[in-house]
Amino acid sequence: MIEFIIRRVAQAMLVLFVMTLLVFFGVHVIGNPVYIFASSECTRECLDEIMANLGLDLPIWQQYLMFLGNLAEGDLGKSFTFGVPAMSLIWERFPATLELATASLAIAVAVGLPLGLYAGMRPDSLVSRAIMGFSMLGFSVPIFWIGLIFILTFSVRLGWLPSVGRGQTVQVFGVPVSVLTRDGLAHLVMPAFTLSLIMMSMVIRLTRAGMREVLHADYIRFARASGVRERRVIGLHAMKNILIPVVTVLGMEFASVIAFAVVTESIFSWPGVGKMLIDAIAVLDRPLIVAYLIFVVVMFVTINLCVDILYSLLDPRVRVGGGGP
Amino acid sequence: MAPVLELRGLRTVFATAAGELPALDGIDLAVSRGEIVALVGESGSGKSVTGFSVTGLLPSVARVVAGSVRLNGTEIAGLRGEAMRRLRGRHVAMIFQDPMMTLNPVLRIGTQMRDALFAHERMGGRAAADRLERALAEVGIAEPRARLRQYPHELSGGMRQRVAIAIALLHGPDLVIADEPTTALDVTIQGQILALVQRLAREKGTALIWITHDLAVVAGIADRIAVMYAGRIVEEGPVDAVLDSPAHPYTRGLIDSVPATHPKGQRLPQIPGRMPTLAELPDGCAFAPRCPRRSGACADRPDPAPAGGGRMVRCFHPLAEGRA
Ligand SMILES: Nc1ncnc2c1ncn2[C@@H]1O[C@H](COP(=O)(O)OP(=O)(O)OP(=O)(O)O)[C@@H](O)[C@H]1O
Ligand code: SF4
Ligand SMILES: [Mg+2]
Repeated sequence: MIEFIIRRVAQAMLVLFVMTLLVFFGVHVIGNPVYIFASSECTRECLDEIMANLGLDLPIWQQYLMFLGNLAEGDLGKSFTFGVPAMSLIWERFPATLELATASLAIAVAVGLPLGLYAGMRPDSLVSRAIMGFSMLGFSVPIFWIGLIFILTFSVRLGWLPSVGRGQTVQVFGVPVSVLTRDGLAHLVMPAFTLSLIMMSMVIRLTRAGMREVLHADYIRFARASGVRERRVIGLHAMKNILIPVVTVLGMEFASVIAFAVVTESIFSWPGVGKMLIDAIAVLDRPLIVAYLIFVVVMFVTINLCVDILYSLLDPRVRVGGGGP
Repeated sequence: MAPVLELRGLRTVFATAAGELPALDGIDLAVSRGEIVALVGESGSGKSVTGFSVTGLLPSVARVVAGSVRLNGTEIAGLRGEAMRRLRGRHVAMIFQDPMMTLNPVLRIGTQMRDALFAHERMGGRAAADRLERALAEVGIAEPRARLRQYPHELSGGMRQRVAIAIALLHGPDLVIADEPTTALDVTIQGQILALVQRLAREKGTALIWITHDLAVVAGIADRIAVMYAGRIVEEGPVDAVLDSPAHPYTRGLIDSVPATHPKGQRLPQIPGRMPTLAELPDGCAFAPRCPRRSGACADRPDPAPAGGGRMVRCFHPLAEGRA
């Protein structure tokens, strides 16, 4: 297990290195952020001064070495736009994204699992076909389109749900949370549902496929032949086997949902890290972009590790090496 | 006393693209208390379907369309849902071929056994644990308490099959249907499992249907034998009579193709051809295309008729030794 973790971390370091290199030089090629910040009256000297302040006057490779040096000390630099440490900006915005992603995960599982189970148990019924059609749509219809349709329907036409921002939040352990207030919940519903659609479709498909396979397994037949009640056969004996792939895939997917909540956050002006990234790219705020991407890589690695651990809890066969809880 | 299980004219069909095809076509079979009946036949002859027809565990495309299944004198054909569940495990239990697949890979042995126990009995956790440990000890498993906490992959194949047997016998069922329970095991383990099941069945007076294609096993364990071909029982009777002097040409062919019954150095005779699939069953005797004794009469369907030694045979030209 230890060796496995070390290997994972080493891989992550390599990814980080390549990624910072790409982003650093990539942003450099796109343009000079100074022209975006500086007012139109700014003279040559004024521009030079800003560049010197931001360290942009140095050759790019030197800038990169400096960045690496600071990174080694845990300093990701200050945002060009806000003048505060990039990491603190991310931490400020992250709770909103995490809440959105968690809510959409919850919706995906709460809706997708029962639908998938039903479709797996009665694969030929009309309802099951409708469910599968729905999951097809979930995969193939673009998120921004769905988001816009939702806004048009529920905000503009019916006026039921607000379409912008987080609404009223309350502090839980110093972190702002929307889901606990009526207003916040109303703001959360549409973006969370929109973001959940792809995951939901995935859950439906995985659960259905798992159910169909597991129902033919000998151990299910044996449990039934031993008189075990149907509710128990499905709810435990089949379910635990089905959950293994569902948990694994969802876990992996969860990291990307957080990382790429960008579209949903933009549509609903949800004040999370995704929206922040879009804004940062628009002004070529390099430290913020790099810090965000580093953050994403670290998050991916962490979540994948958690998934692996969860997986080994669910499937006793992978608990190798004598360890295991 | 009524037999534990009595099948009369059992007919089970599969719904396929080509229409409803009969996997079982008029099965008659009776098993008494303490009796071991072997059900033999080539792959696809309908042995497993017979077992699942009794326990109501047929795949969703299959159903029993005619005939009767009596368990302890009570008609249970077509019983479903909770009524059927109450019988399973308590009055009729099954053991399957592959012990790798029979136990749930992600649940502890104890969980699986407890679920089977609680399916029919309520008791406290301590009493249940004691009961399960005794059940494991009875099938020859050492350190039963430790086993309860283990997962199937931590046990050997033979050990897993013992666990499956312990689960099947948990409620002292009247009938156990064992579907090739030793086929997937090493020869030495096979012998142990065979002896174990035979002993337990005899001790408890359990009626046992032992499904197999291994005639050598049959000779060692069974009281009676029923030979199946293409969804029908073609010969049935006391095991010695049938194996020593088969009356049906198909039984003869099966016995001749067992290596042990044949002089060394000669080519092993095989029954020519293969069993017809359900879609290509002939109208008359299903064995006719492969039969060395067939005649014009065989274009009709032979009915079961008594033959020598207390047996029944479905053939217009049974072998002479089989005659009374
Ligand atoms: N799910 C199914 N769908 C369609 N036909 C089936 C299905 N299961 C079994 N059959 C058919 O039913 C017939 C009897 O099958 P069964 O499984 O009872 O054979 P068997 O005697 O147990 O063979 P084996 O020794 O291989 O286990 C076969 O012809 C098979 O093609
Ligand atoms: S009835 Fe005819 S074809 Fe069928 S087994 Fe007997 S002799 Fe052969
Ligand atoms: Mg079979």
